[in-house]
Amino acid sequence: MATELSFEKQLKALEQKIQELKAFMKESGIDLTQEITALEEKQKELRTALYENLSPWQKVQIARHMGRPTTLEIAEAILTDFMEFHGDRVYGDDPAMVGGIGFFEGMPVTLIGHQKGRDTKENIARNFGMPHPEGYRKALRLMRQAEKFGRPVITLVNTPGAYPGKAAEERGQSMAIAENLKAMAALTVPIVVVIVGEGASGGALGIGVGNRVLMLEHAWYSVISPEGAAALLWKDASLAEKAAREMRITAQDLLALGVIDEVIPEPLGGAHQDKPAAIQTIKEAIFRHLQDLMKLSAEELVIDRYEKFRRIGAVVSFLELDQS
Amino acid sequence: MNWREFFTKSKKRQYATLPASSSLSTHKAARSESDTVPDGLMEKCKKCGAILYKKELAQNLYVCPKCGYHFPMSAPERFRLTLDGGVYFEYDMDLVSTDPLSFPTYREKLEQTMENVGMTEAVLTGEGTIKGYPVVMAVMDSRFIMGSMGSVVGEKIARAIENARIKHYPLIIFSASGGARMQEGILSLMQMAKTSAALARFEASGGLFISVMTHPTTGGVSASFAMLGDYLFAEPGALIGFAGRRIIEQTIREALPEDFQTAEFLLRHGQLDRVVSRKEMRDVLGRLISIHQQRGWAHGDGAKL
Repeated sequence: MATELSFEKQLKALEQKIQELKAFMKESGIDLTQEITALEEKQKELRTALYENLSPWQKVQIARHMGRPTTLEIAEAILTDFMEFHGDRVYGDDPAMVGGIGFFEGMPVTLIGHQKGRDTKENIARNFGMPHPEGYRKALRLMRQAEKFGRPVITLVNTPGAYPGKAAEERGQSMAIAENLKAMAALTVPIVVVIVGEGASGGALGIGVGNRVLMLEHAWYSVISPEGAAALLWKDASLAEKAAREMRITAQDLLALGVIDEVIPEPLGGAHQDKPAAIQTIKEAIFRHLQDLMKLSAEELVIDRYEKFRRIGAVVSFLELDQS
Repeated sequence: MNWREFFTKSKKRQYATLPASSSLSTHKAARSESDTVPDGLMEKCKKCGAILYKKELAQNLYVCPKCGYHFPMSAPERFRLTLDGGVYFEYDMDLVSTDPLSFPTYREKLEQTMENVGMTEAVLTGEGTIKGYPVVMAVMDSRFIMGSMGSVVGEKIARAIENARIKHYPLIIFSASGGARMQEGILSLMQMAKTSAALARFEASGGLFISVMTHPTTGGVSASFAMLGDYLFAEPGALIGFAGRRIIEQTIREALPEDFQTAEFLLRHGQLDRVVSRKEMRDVLGRLISIHQQRGWAHGDGAKL
């Protein structure tokens, strides 16, 4: 199965052993409960140790796991009466970008996000969560609608990037993303962004300009995928693991760099191990931040967002460098 | 490296301009002609292969007299040839990157590039006049790590936009960039949001922004400020797009048309206002700004005509 994580081999072996023992106990009637419990303990310990020391590259694998909660799954779970809307009103309906409205804890909100599939077939239908320009334009349309009706906006980011295709260029991929950045900067309703899985390049940022940017514990967010960075920098995509390390793409790195506001913890073993629990934690985090933001006026919201992004970056005057 | 030393020792610089981070000062400093004239006497046209005298080429605004190919132009050269009398006041020339990710070999690369190019970053920002109209201008330089946008480029462009807003000057940005700077990772990506947010404010204040895309304008630069002009111009033949040609070909597994992602291609697909050749650029900019000196019809104006 494509959803197995390569670095979990030892865990998988233990799991198999436990299953075998359980089957044997059932068949033979010999009581092996103690042995099984011991093995399960060991498995948990191993998993905890493994997940406390994940490398950035291992996190990339987890972030790409097909069992990770998708935007539509999260929408259905955290909103009541979720209603999905389609189309950019100009060209088409992008299956890689979804959005709609619903009640979030009794409050009408607009929710938008990249949509990946839960298996290969679905993923192909969803273009692996890689939007075309019409996807960004659908998102923009829904955000403007949210603004008109005073609905806070929640966006969920999970994309390997905007789709690099011929049609996407012809229809203005650059412009579609750029327009979203500008529009989101000026939107007068609260925007909370959650990086759920992968967050690559302008394709992620195209719905990522929020008052708050939250990120799941094992998600990654960067200017480009590790493979892309390796190909560009060292002309060798197989150096992706190195790129993942050097580019500082993990939630923990991004919190330290001041790019995100909070890391949302995941269940042990990743969000796919316990989807409902993961989604519940996401919901609580969004709720907390929305509560804060809803105290702000329209003007304050725009200023808050402006200042958040205006600050990000690392520059220094060489005149100051000399003095130190 | 000692930054000040780099600046004072640079032979290419005729005399120092006052760096001003507030940049509200109105001092102006002229620069001499010979700033970035490349070494060697002749240059071969990359398009038609004609062998050209560099001096003549420079006089012809770095446009091939035989086939009209637009050679890349350095940022200082662009400033001089676009603004009246070649006179401008430079903003924020003291800003440098801090290598925030401690990325392997980045620091060395920056130092090397500064030495080679004679600039501290991939964008030059400042103000001057075009046909007498004051403007704030930013020009990117593809010689500086592919003109890529890291924290400094983002910051300088954001400050230029803010200056244009405060002074009520038109803003002109000539972009030339391979996209976001890999070596600053996520911080480079965030410069897209930063510059776009600054433009959103500028737009709300009614400011005029003319974006001129030159070869190449791709990735994170085309997907942010470069595409957000009130008017979108491009130089003939300029490569403009989001994703690289090779990546697209690998993804869709088909050959792309010859002119894919050129200025002319974009014009045909409705993504540009005009393709403007370098020779008419100053005139077009001047005319456009002059039209904007007069506010159009406003409610209550009545029969003004």
